[in-house]
Amino acid sequence: MSNFRTCPETGFKIDLDAEKLIKWNAVTGVVFLLVGGFFGLLVALTRWPSVHLLPADLFYLALTAHGVDILLVWIIFFEMALLYFCSSVLLQCRVATPKIGWLSYWLMLGGAALGNVVVLMGESSVMFTSYVPLKADPLFYLALILFAVGALIVCFIFFGTLVIAKREKTYEGSIPLVTFGAMVAAIIAVYTIASGAVILIPTLLWSLGFIPYVDSLLYKVIWWGMGHSSQQINVSAQVACWYAGAAVLFGARPISEKVCRTAFLMYILFLQLASAHHLLVEPGLGAEYKIFNTSYAFYLAVFGSMVHGLTVPGAIELAQRRKGYTKGLFEWLRKCPWGHPAFSGVFLSIVIFGFLGGISGVVLGTEQLNLIMHNTIYVPGHFHATVAGGTTLAFIGISYWLVPTLWQRELAMPGLAKFVPYLFGIGISGIALFQMGAGTLGVSRRHWDMTFADSALTYDYPAAAHLLMALNGISAVIASFAGAIFCLQMVLTIIGKKKAAPAELPAAPQAEAIQGHGHGGGLAVPGTFVLALVFLTSFVLYYFVNWKYLSEIWILS
Amino acid sequence: MAEPENTGAGEGPEPFMQQLLNNPFLLLFLGVLFPSVLYTIWGIIEVASIPVGQ
Amino acid sequence: MAIVPIKGNWWNAPVERTEALWIGIALVWAIIMFFMMPYWHMVGNQNLSTEAYKVTPDAYEAKVDAFVEKYQVREEGDTGIPVVKPPAGGDVYLLARQFEWYPIVELEKGQNYRIHVSSMDVQHGLSIQPANINIQVHPYYEMIFNATPTDAGEYGIVCNEYCDIGHHTMLGKLYVK
Repeated sequence: MSNFRTCPETGFKIDLDAEKLIKWNAVTGVVFLLVGGFFGLLVALTRWPSVHLLPADLFYLALTAHGVDILLVWIIFFEMALLYFCSSVLLQCRVATPKIGWLSYWLMLGGAALGNVVVLMGESSVMFTSYVPLKADPLFYLALILFAVGALIVCFIFFGTLVIAKREKTYEGSIPLVTFGAMVAAIIAVYTIASGAVILIPTLLWSLGFIPYVDSLLYKVIWWGMGHSSQQINVSAQVACWYAGAAVLFGARPISEKVCRTAFLMYILFLQLASAHHLLVEPGLGAEYKIFNTSYAFYLAVFGSMVHGLTVPGAIELAQRRKGYTKGLFEWLRKCPWGHPAFSGVFLSIVIFGFLGGISGVVLGTEQLNLIMHNTIYVPGHFHATVAGGTTLAFIGISYWLVPTLWQRELAMPGLAKFVPYLFGIGISGIALFQMGAGTLGVSRRHWDMTFADSALTYDYPAAAHLLMALNGISAVIASFAGAIFCLQMVLTIIGKKKAAPAELPAAPQAEAIQGHGHGGGLAVPGTFVLALVFLTSFVLYYFVNWKYLSEIWILS
Repeated sequence: MAEPENTGAGEGPEPFMQQLLNNPFLLLFLGVLFPSVLYTIWGIIEVASIPVGQ
Repeated sequence: MAIVPIKGNWWNAPVERTEALWIGIALVWAIIMFFMMPYWHMVGNQNLSTEAYKVTPDAYEAKVDAFVEKYQVREEGDTGIPVVKPPAGGDVYLLARQFEWYPIVELEKGQNYRIHVSSMDVQHGLSIQPANINIQVHPYYEMIFNATPTDAGEYGIVCNEYCDIGHHTMLGKLYVK
């Protein structure tokens, strides 16, 4: 029999087994955020030409560790916490097989620890992508496989918990939208991890000498089924956090469940196809394959993201207007709680992911435009905007609400918390913009020395490129500083002052019926619509500017 | 809190799309099937179709 | 709210006008972006060839050596890298290996060349600067693409796929006269 407690703030019934799993996965994630962020800072300070901090071998080592710890370990541990939360807590049921949940936790932690140790030993600086025929220590591949298996099991525990909730009738109607978004993340995770297993197991066997060769092109096709799809898990989880933030901070409701869930359906069916972004300049792959997949099937998944980009702020605007903030187009926005880190984290996540991450991603992934961008530092510019500015910042924002609430502690250093999302957002936006700028000037990614000091021949990048890499370094310092404060605050909060329990526990949240938006004619959320048009204008302009750039290079066919 | 207005979302048989979206295992199946076929398998076929040089 | 379950036939609730309008706009933009790619294949001048063959590194290296022997005009640098001037409209053979691009080629502006590229060992990234043309190079695969340089000058060939510890020393050259 499970033991439950009632959340004194929200009234949710919380399974104590689930609570423990949420806490341990979230905290472990944040620890690896700190470690991975530290490696990232070292990398940025090395690529700042006048600082050039690490020697070459340590640079490539740190870069490998940074990729693994951030793109895989931090973010998936946190997502495991979200999966448990969105199933067991939001559906107010017991979590399925908690003992297996703990087995998975130790598998993931073991894999992550092993991976870091192996990389630190120096013989596995193959980057997170570990492209064959580069060969890492067999333990490197084993570490990733263990981590992945642990995460896969948690995905099935999530589905099992959904079954339990349905069978034990702990909720009425359809699962909450946030749970639906988490489910989409879990679905993508299953495909992601299966792809990883399919390619990393033979690669492990090859590194041990049992298989003579792994085809490098085939490796890329299958590996990116894991590599990019793992980032699509992030997109779905982050969007779920956006809806959650709107709900807890404003009592906002999705304007249309149909619209939001259909947008998520586009993710389920098409988001993962974009793994083909990484295959656009490879030998021999057909144009039809590239065009169909890189466009997420006629850009339907991008359409899904554009929908979420309207529905989340739209829900907030509607809630604000209902509270009386109806003056002009933007009073609702001005009167948002800009000092509350959960709001600023979520809002900045939407803006940075949309404007910087999303637009650059679509441009990068356009079949022919990729020719002027592939493997330049534009690529990390794009994914810092999405993974760090989008997902990590959304997770940071939601943590500022979730951690004090779940641990029932007062937030430590609350005055500082106001600034953290802004500082992190400014830092990450800087990284994204300056890396994209340097990439447009041809600076390469994963490269220790843009001056080619140790080469037999010479090539000089324009001076602007060097300046951009310096500005990238400064931005990384700002972002790392903010990230470190966040991690410190989380630790201090968890061990800090307990919250006073309220006299009365709130009622458990019930299922809601659909509520009309109450608008006869006209637009219910005109302010959001204007913002969306600003976004679209930026998108259209930047998109066509890049076709112009492409038209100026050599003639290729 | 919630004051349900008349939205036309009243009683009656559950719409087909709503049933589909309420079925996690069907969605899981589709979410694995689509990229496996359209990206992975098609991609493997593309690689396998590259001819041997002279 | 998005954190509680939803009762009733929510699928049948009418869609609010702002959302319906945005959905229409977003779909149109999605379709426009999609058709830009086949459109560029038809009218644009920058499309990556899909011609490629499976080869062995030894066989490919032999082709490169034959190319160098036939068209070499001089040498360059302390390490004596051959500079090769192929005939306009002809085949150009480049190879990538840890940690060099071989050979240096001299091309003519406005002329087309069939450029072949492959790797002798691991994956490399052919990055022609400042044109900023970036193509992936695999071992056991020979990629062939047509290129017409549009600007004269001295180009660097950077490697932008991490290829182990000497990756950042890997720099080639290409002249367009």
